[in-house]
Amino acid sequence: MKSPPAASSRPSAKVRHPARAAPPQGPAQSRTFHNDSYPDRAAGQSRDGQQEGQLGGASGASGSPWRYSQGRGESAREGGEPRPTPPPPCRMDPFADTLRRLREAFSSGRTRPAEFRAAQLKGLRCFLRENKQLLQEALAQDLHKSAFEAEVSEIRISQNEIDLALRNLRSWMKDEKVPKNLATQLDSAFIRKEPFGLVLIIAPWNYPVNLTLVPLVGALAAGNCVVLKPSEFSRSTEKILAEVLPRYLDQSCFAVVLGGPQETGQLLEHKFDYIFFTGEAGGTPRVGRIVMAAAAKHLTPVTLELGGKNPCYVDDDCDPQTVANRVALFRYFNGGQTCVAPDYVLCSPDTQERLLPALQTAITRFYGEDPQSSPSLGRIISEKHFQRLRGLLGCGRVAIGGQSDESERYIAPTVLVDVRETEPVMQEEIFGPILPIVNVRSLDEAIDFINRREKPLALYAFSNSNRVVKQVLAQTSSGGFCGNDGFMHMTLASLPFGGVGASGMGSYHGKFSFDTFSHHRACLLRRPGLEKIYSIRYPPYSPRNLRLLLVAMEARSCSCTLL
Amino acid sequence: MSKISEVVQRARAAFSSGKTRPLQFRIQQLEALRRMIKEHEKDIVGALTADLHKNEWNAYYEEVVYVLEEIEYMIKKIPEWAADEPVEKTPQTQQDECYIHSEPLGVVFIIGTWNYPFAVTIQPMVGAIAAGNAVVTKPSELSENMANLLATVIPQYLDRDLYPVINGGVPETTEMLKERCDHILYTGNTAVGKVIMMAAAKHLTPVTLELGGKNPCYVDKDCDLDIACRRIAWGKFMNSGQTCVAPDYILCDPSIQNQIVEKLKKSLKEFYGEDAKKSRDYGRIINSRHFQRVMGLMEGQKVAYGGTGDAATRYIAPTILIDVDPQSQVMQEEIFGPVMPIVCVRSLEEAIQFISQREKPLALYVFSLNDKVIKKMIAETSSGGVTANDVIVHISVHSLPYGGVGNSGMGSYHGKKSFETFSHRRSCLVRPLLNDESLKARYPPSLAKMTRH
Repeated sequence: MKSPPAASSRPSAKVRHPARAAPPQGPAQSRTFHNDSYPDRAAGQSRDGQQEGQLGGASGASGSPWRYSQGRGESAREGGEPRPTPPPPCRMDPFADTLRRLREAFSSGRTRPAEFRAAQLKGLRCFLRENKQLLQEALAQDLHKSAFEAEVSEIRISQNEIDLALRNLRSWMKDEKVPKNLATQLDSAFIRKEPFGLVLIIAPWNYPVNLTLVPLVGALAAGNCVVLKPSEFSRSTEKILAEVLPRYLDQSCFAVVLGGPQETGQLLEHKFDYIFFTGEAGGTPRVGRIVMAAAAKHLTPVTLELGGKNPCYVDDDCDPQTVANRVALFRYFNGGQTCVAPDYVLCSPDTQERLLPALQTAITRFYGEDPQSSPSLGRIISEKHFQRLRGLLGCGRVAIGGQSDESERYIAPTVLVDVRETEPVMQEEIFGPILPIVNVRSLDEAIDFINRREKPLALYAFSNSNRVVKQVLAQTSSGGFCGNDGFMHMTLASLPFGGVGASGMGSYHGKFSFDTFSHHRACLLRRPGLEKIYSIRYPPYSPRNLRLLLVAMEARSCSCTLL
Repeated sequence: MSKISEVVQRARAAFSSGKTRPLQFRIQQLEALRRMIKEHEKDIVGALTADLHKNEWNAYYEEVVYVLEEIEYMIKKIPEWAADEPVEKTPQTQQDECYIHSEPLGVVFIIGTWNYPFAVTIQPMVGAIAAGNAVVTKPSELSENMANLLATVIPQYLDRDLYPVINGGVPETTEMLKERCDHILYTGNTAVGKVIMMAAAKHLTPVTLELGGKNPCYVDKDCDLDIACRRIAWGKFMNSGQTCVAPDYILCDPSIQNQIVEKLKKSLKEFYGEDAKKSRDYGRIINSRHFQRVMGLMEGQKVAYGGTGDAATRYIAPTILIDVDPQSQVMQEEIFGPVMPIVCVRSLEEAIQFISQREKPLALYVFSLNDKVIKKMIAETSSGGVTANDVIVHISVHSLPYGGVGNSGMGSYHGKKSFETFSHRRSCLVRPLLNDESLKARYPPSLAKMTRH
């Protein structure tokens, strides 16, 4: 058991820890955005009307941090007309103009040609290439993410998706011919992929580049106009997405909106043609429900990427060190803040005994004797989550780790044992560097345990026996599954990534992204001829026609419903 | 616990027992369903006649055949569709098994409607059963005879715990929606669609909503009007206009409006005689409320044909309205009756604009001999589906998904799409638990391992 390092002995970190920064300063940090009619965000404090044409004045009487800034669009007006009197601020809809503008752009057909879409994707590619350093710094500020993690789990994944979409765009856009039967041989039957229109993407803070850009790739490739709502918790990344990203895209078809729950709620009152929501831990089922209910008002289809407690079954028949390496890697990656991380281990007491020292070895190997000073270990995103996780450290018994440092929002890579099902650590998605081990006496008991709970986003099973791995797979359900490793299944663009039940609905990645953001329109093009054949379908109906139909059905020589 | 709650719990317990997993079980249930249909043909026709004045032909051709073909297709394809689907691997996963594994979702609710009460209730059920789910079916109470028939015969042929039928009206449906399930497929109208999705949101249940809309039918000057009008008349007036994919209204150039009227009239007389009321083949409106509603839509309109109705028998004559004002009531709601308004437009562009300004419909129809016209119409509009130079028939191609977009719905089914809709496609990667040395590079500490572009 490691004793907590004295604060003063910590080496000076290469990156500024956001936890130690003072609370947000307020209006001094001017945020200028490139989209018209786009509210400035004054972080919780009222602005002093510094910008010309701003509404609301200094008092902030409306209570909302939003200020509706007019002016940019107006300056282009001809004739030097006087500015219109701004309407009263209280009932203002800060999004109406932006959404209208994007809808008009969509209706104009601008996003339809492959060239336009490819240009957007190339813009995204440039954005990543030219701002890699900036993004790495932001990720370090937001999550203490190491350059390695940033590269592997954020930047490279996004780049790969962009490249895949660019390579395959035209083929994905093509009409998909479908099998025809005898009666339709002369017809043309195909599925036309069409953009939905105006898409809303709501992104989380844990992989703020990946989970924003990868859906964006799909939405743009499919020809939609996009409103992006990045997470306000990953502030440094949010700033880049709001200020830098739009420069690389056609802003008549793309907008970033900022804000917290109140603004997001306001945004969701509007009609979108598709909503893609990736949730954040702790409240994901609840927020997922809110998003779907808001979508229901407008009959908007949704993809919800939520979370869950991803079980990790470790069989007696395994090499504990290999298992420990893999489980530890994927558990503690990004400070444990990964929706597909193994959330808890299920194993026999014997296996637990073998796993514990192996986990300690893995942790030491990865993060050194003093994990707090390792540049490879992330930090918790916010004070609220830090406190939540610190509370969980009290569950069961700490077998490894257990230290925490509030000033850095640091939690040590921790393993808990003797954990009861009813304790908080087994009731909510952990989303932190804490790994509880729950004992089961058999594979069947493990499977029962898993099936008593909500379907998770991911499920893991470790065993030398392929039969055991396959049995876990066959007798459970989850968004995705990996046998003998952590979330590697996510690295294949050929596998759909998504949840089931409480862990979500819909999926994406690779071509699945394109298909998710497209309406699949069934098309049948007929010729005016062959009327004689079809005449059997017209009234007046005779017993003879019916007999013919029944004979044809028996013979199954054609699809009779097509006559 | 309410009776409905018990029924749903029993279905869930039956599903959890694993009974539906073996493909053989599912195939047997589908074969039993097929037997049920064959052995109760007369009862099915009887129910459809009582509910909607359908005759034997209507029953078979418009409903039974669809379902039987779906069952055939499903039985044949289950082994292929249920099998693991290998996917393309990355360089890092060459030694691994990478595939998509299809699983049932669990308990599926199917809420049917009254216009094709057999087909729209049973056809989704076929897909849900094939995918290995338990299925709770709620037929529409408006088509009372069919609802009673299904509640009686289905339990005689299918597993009673897994595939219960619940009957009732709004209170029963509301009760049912309080229960948690794993997918809801609803066929009906937009307003109720929203209620269903709202209820589903409470449990994070995915939904397929087959709704409606005003399906436009553009008739180009350059087309064979005889054939076009015959096909349009067939699709519009079948089931007395009560078809979610019926052409709702016609858009055409004023110069051909009269011809269209004449040819529609000619076809209608061929189909239903001078007085459709006497025809065995012409349907009736489902109930008085809808009868009044549809009659009301004709008020103030220029009637070129028909325009009469008989409340006692809920008969409405095949009706054609001309020079219809787009602002009038008949152009504001889905007609769902034997009334065909003709709205004049001066060009293809105007037609496209007219369509695009409105909610996306379930179906769109375009008649033209000119491929360019067809292509442009499809390219510049959106809808659930399209048939060019005919109506309705795109929904009978098993390999085409059947569903709406925007207000006309979300999700789709039929054929393989049914199987997918009612399945969870689970991503799987299985690797051997071998020596970890080969994977060394991915473990921290990683500073030295940063790759640079």
